[in-house]
Amino acid sequence: MKNVSKIIACYAADTSGVCSALYELGGMTVVHDASGCNSTYSTHDEPRWWDIKSNIYISALTELDAIMGNDEKLICDTVSAAKDKKPGFIAVCGSPMPMMTGVDFDAVAMEIESRSGVRTFPLHTNGTRSYIEGASEAFEAVVREYALPQERAKNGVNVLGLTPLDFPLGADRAVRDWLSENDFECVCTLAMGCTLEDIGKMASASVNLVVSSSGLAAARYLKEKYGIPFVCGVPFGLEFPYDLAGAMLRAIESGEDCYYSASHTPGNDLVIIGEGISATSLACAIEADRGVRSTVIAAQPIDEAMLGAGDVNITAEEDIERFLADRQPAAVIADPIYKYITPKGIKLIGIPHFAFSGRCYQKHMKNMINTDIKEILR
Amino acid sequence: MSGINAKDKPREIMIKDADIGCLFESGLEYNPPARGMWNIVHTGMLVPEAHEIFACAQGCLRGVILTAAEMLELDRMSWISVSEEDMFDGTLESDVVDGVCEIIQRLDAHPPVVLLYLSCIHLFAGVDLEAITDELHKRFQDIHFVDCYMTPTMRTTVSPVMKMSAQIYGALQPLPLNKKAVAIVGNDRATDEDSELVRIIRQNGFTLYDIACCKSFEEYLKMAEASVNISYIPTGTLAGDTLSERFGGKHIHIPASYSFETIKENYKMLCDTLGAELPDLSQDIERAETALENARIIIGDTPVAIDYTAVTRPFELARLLCEHGFNVKYVIADSAGGEPQAFEWLKENRPELLIYSPVNVNMLEMPDEPHERVLAVGQKAAYYFATDNFVNIIVGGGYYGFSGIKKLADLMADAYINPKDRYEKLRLKGMGCASCL
Repeated sequence: MKNVSKIIACYAADTSGVCSALYELGGMTVVHDASGCNSTYSTHDEPRWWDIKSNIYISALTELDAIMGNDEKLICDTVSAAKDKKPGFIAVCGSPMPMMTGVDFDAVAMEIESRSGVRTFPLHTNGTRSYIEGASEAFEAVVREYALPQERAKNGVNVLGLTPLDFPLGADRAVRDWLSENDFECVCTLAMGCTLEDIGKMASASVNLVVSSSGLAAARYLKEKYGIPFVCGVPFGLEFPYDLAGAMLRAIESGEDCYYSASHTPGNDLVIIGEGISATSLACAIEADRGVRSTVIAAQPIDEAMLGAGDVNITAEEDIERFLADRQPAAVIADPIYKYITPKGIKLIGIPHFAFSGRCYQKHMKNMINTDIKEILR
Repeated sequence: MSGINAKDKPREIMIKDADIGCLFESGLEYNPPARGMWNIVHTGMLVPEAHEIFACAQGCLRGVILTAAEMLELDRMSWISVSEEDMFDGTLESDVVDGVCEIIQRLDAHPPVVLLYLSCIHLFAGVDLEAITDELHKRFQDIHFVDCYMTPTMRTTVSPVMKMSAQIYGALQPLPLNKKAVAIVGNDRATDEDSELVRIIRQNGFTLYDIACCKSFEEYLKMAEASVNISYIPTGTLAGDTLSERFGGKHIHIPASYSFETIKENYKMLCDTLGAELPDLSQDIERAETALENARIIIGDTPVAIDYTAVTRPFELARLLCEHGFNVKYVIADSAGGEPQAFEWLKENRPELLIYSPVNVNMLEMPDEPHERVLAVGQKAAYYFATDNFVNIIVGGGYYGFSGIKKLADLMADAYINPKDRYEKLRLKGMGCASCL
């Protein structure tokens, strides 16, 4: 069965994607779910919880309120909290129980906005989908809401899709430094080290760099609305960042989008499992720095355009296990929890992915942006 | 610190103004990063050799799987994710049966017991749980299947913690009752061997069972012979009642207390039930009094904050400490229903004691506000008052009776003298369990 796992973990869910995407933007995010369910996000999906305070709350839904359709409580409690916390905006999203009872989050958001006077938008999560879907919708929503027409800045770049679910803390600084080294001007790093003010200026960018699948919806909106082209890729390693910078310059010139990380040469030396753009970028980096070719397994639902030739999108434990057994690569690069399904005799090179193993290997997470990855891969 | 009533939903209230029936109006909730309390995964792992299978949505699975991963028990955990379509296409029951069968077939060996956790959505959809377990029993007759519940939405109907504390005994099978065997039930940790409770049981020749001490499934099964089941944690009462109902033993609830009178009454009830003579407890009382006095001398008038995760009766502990000269200024708790006498005493004698809501949205900024030096009892108190001087226990820490008071007083004195690394201690999930962090 596709929805069964004997031993490996599952990825963070859509509600965590929403919370993670909006964490640093000064708003208030309300997940409509039972008391205590926010501990999953705050414990396992949010490494900033202790150091950076953010208004992320749970509605403490009860059986009675669910059965009676008491959305009024959610609305009143959110308006009350908004009075106390004075957020820049409010986002409301759902979990499995509201999905079953058919809560109309669009209407709830309108009502909250009308009573609180705070811009409120609904996000349509239900706790059954991937964090990528939740983060995508949240990123797109804030960009639609806050990006304003601007004069174009030469070589201005927005970085789209940065969350700690896919990148170690400090990744925003690393990517800013890399952009600066390559004479780009960083406009916005959505959404680590980023403010609503930065989002307001996004339309001034000449190109969008999409560093995870979560950033793709916002990139497509910015293309449609402001004509800003996007390039997919993460500047991992030493050589690939140069190539990626070149692709970004070409996109500025041509106005054409480019799924650049999908350009790695297919090969069976390595199998890389992970988020689509990160994994294909790592394949590119390893090919550029080491001459080794890889196949990528995107283990989350993904737009196929982001995958290279030979890459696959498979998500079930048994399918991934079978693929590795059939393919017999020399090594697998994946989160360390994949050790449980890596066939005997195949080396696993563990690169922790927070959206998968949470805090378990957090201390081993390393920045791979614009840096020598030989040691990491040793 | 913000003034009382400055907010739409204030985070704190003076006890003199508090209504014991409702300390705080409900609202949105914040989750502080104090992770010591156990959840239903930790509790289930107390059943030796058990394999846990969760069936629920991805968002709910995430927390339980990573709980198991962090406690290095991932190989005892499997899952079935429920999609949006599953909820509407009539396959909720068959998906669980098929998923469990597939998981068991892929395990290296059959576990003696499978704890099968269903979630809010299953109960809400009215799944036929009996049909699921009956079918599984038919297919795997060598495995005990125990129904477990991850149902936080239903927490006002049945507390998931209380239900789980009872279900962990679900695989026990009837045995002839042994008049010289007793069990302590409903706890997630062993009771302190130095407690008068354990001493009375052992000195009177009884065998003492406790799931927290069981090393094997065989040993676990012997618990069914206990003729007396003792609970002392509030969430343990359902376990005691259920075991009595199933196997015919007697259940006594002798609540963990910080009232000397209640403790004496508890021991009398215990001895009456066991047919044992009530021992002379005067030395135990004296030791508790001495430890409290020593702690008071060391701690002086430093403000003390107590939270509801450290002890099950925070208001009773506050009263005890106040009566012994401590400067208890803060209690973090969202209810006081189980300890009305202590609550009323504090209202009368410490009217300005502040009660804080543990989950109020306005608690978010509290750790970053300037604080006087506070001695905290409990992780949430340590976090909110941003103090490294704290007693790091949950649910009473396994301490009980007069010796429990003595040990808690000793821990308070130690916490005052020896600060702890708050971040490192509080981030660990499930206090007492292994951790990969």
